[in-house]
Amino acid sequence: MKILVPVKRVIDYNVKVRVKQDQTGVELNNVKMAMNPFDEIAVEQALRLKEAGKAEEIVLVSIGPTQAQETIRTGLAMGADRGIYIDAPHETEPLSVAKLLAGVAKKENPGLIICGKQAIDDDSNQTGQMMSAILGWSQATFASSVSLANGSATIVREIDGGLETIKVKMPAVITVDLRLNEPRYASLPNIMKAKKKPIDTLTVEELGVDIKPRLSVIKVEEPATREAGVKVSSVTELIEKLKEEVKVI
Amino acid sequence: MTILVIIEHHDEVIAPATLSAIGAATKLSEPIEALVAGNKVKKVTEATSEIASISKVLVADSFEYEYNLAENLSPLIVRLAKNYSHIFAPATTFGKNIMPRTAALLDVMQISDIVEIISPDTFKRPIYAGNALATVQSADPLKLITVRSTAFEAVKASGGSAEIENIDGTGNAGLSEFESSELSGTERPELTSAGIVISGGRGMQDSSNFSMLEKVADKLGAAVGASRAAVDAGFAPNDYQVGQTGKVVAPELYMAVGISGAIQHLAGMKDSKVIVAINKDEEAPIFQVADYGLVADLFEAMPELDSKLP
Repeated sequence: MKILVPVKRVIDYNVKVRVKQDQTGVELNNVKMAMNPFDEIAVEQALRLKEAGKAEEIVLVSIGPTQAQETIRTGLAMGADRGIYIDAPHETEPLSVAKLLAGVAKKENPGLIICGKQAIDDDSNQTGQMMSAILGWSQATFASSVSLANGSATIVREIDGGLETIKVKMPAVITVDLRLNEPRYASLPNIMKAKKKPIDTLTVEELGVDIKPRLSVIKVEEPATREAGVKVSSVTELIEKLKEEVKVI
Repeated sequence: MTILVIIEHHDEVIAPATLSAIGAATKLSEPIEALVAGNKVKKVTEATSEIASISKVLVADSFEYEYNLAENLSPLIVRLAKNYSHIFAPATTFGKNIMPRTAALLDVMQISDIVEIISPDTFKRPIYAGNALATVQSADPLKLITVRSTAFEAVKASGGSAEIENIDGTGNAGLSEFESSELSGTERPELTSAGIVISGGRGMQDSSNFSMLEKVADKLGAAVGASRAAVDAGFAPNDYQVGQTGKVVAPELYMAVGISGAIQHLAGMKDSKVIVAINKDEEAPIFQVADYGLVADLFEAMPELDSKLP
């Protein structure tokens, strides 16, 4: 079985984002970029399935500007086998991304697509579910455990009330949550090896997808900031403030 | 223009976040209809018809909707979609699961997690974990929207008597099945709709120490939450997590106990009305957003707080 893992290049998790003066977006120039942390978890899960003998090949796909290929290399250094790069603007919307990825899936015929539950830039939480819909596959979102047997996947999902276990027919799309695993670091020999692994390029035209945005960004602004308040010196003073000053207890 | 709101319900009760999603829909001043899909949903249907803002309740009472499987629910919403200008659902794990699937089937770009409605086609939504707010305008004829419940006031669940219409189901897609669930049942209020939330972080050191927070929570009628660090360390269950990728809360009072205040945590609670931080590290970033900061060892402060509250 082949596993397809879409990976997105986003502003590094540790960077404090800055909104551009002209309010057209956030500053991406000279900012450290990295693989979306949820996608790292997806890559790790695919690697573990391969190591457990449940999968033969792991194919990474990234959509974006040229540098998205670096994100593919990062995943190849973790241990994935090859990459597919699709040249498209950084802002390509989840619906278009889902259509492009579904197009790749039709060419590659994977048994599973494993992806992050959301990208930490636009926080949309849509692509996996959309891809699953377009392909007519089953979906298992927010996975915190994955096991495969007899053509189906049993997934424990993190839901608002706790945990839920579902069984989905394969092929399926799985979107992963934080606690599924802890992604590995790439070792130096694997980083060297990754340089020789193939990355194919596909174009939006070849996949026949209209990626014209449906949403236009009118502006991007800083949220209202919160002022630091006061320090209290004791529990008694704290209770007094909460009771008398702000009357919340 | 008519709006459809998807009613999330569990154990015959409407999920509180749904009432906020209806609250958001009322901002458009158009008739609002509700969809109740589930198995044996008489109680929820009646409760929905009593919501004053709802003009009509569509009920799909059929076995295939019992477990909210997206593969079964999405085709139903797709079939109804042509009658509406907007479809709203709460941005809960329920809404996040079914709405994008529905949107793709309808070839619509969903607008996730809105916090403000500017006009019928323009909305504000947080990006980058709430470190920026984007105003987006949709060119799709139909708007599919998930609503951040803390940003909108919940409607009253009374005062109405909406017409109820039974509709056919769309059958079982046969792609997925429910096996079991493990819910952390609690007598405390639900985290995202509680008036007071007390959360513990890595500073709690152990899951058993959460009982200190629970005691205070029970005195105040509060919900208990946790930071990602505390959940990752196994101190608290996953559904306690407050933050960018967990739950977003905005109570009247938020108490952060032993939480340093990583950006990802602040994203989930910074819209709370009053924030209290208790941490022994006076440099902890949580103090930069706290209205009241107490630099103290939580293992002394929490028992003292417990003893001094009536």
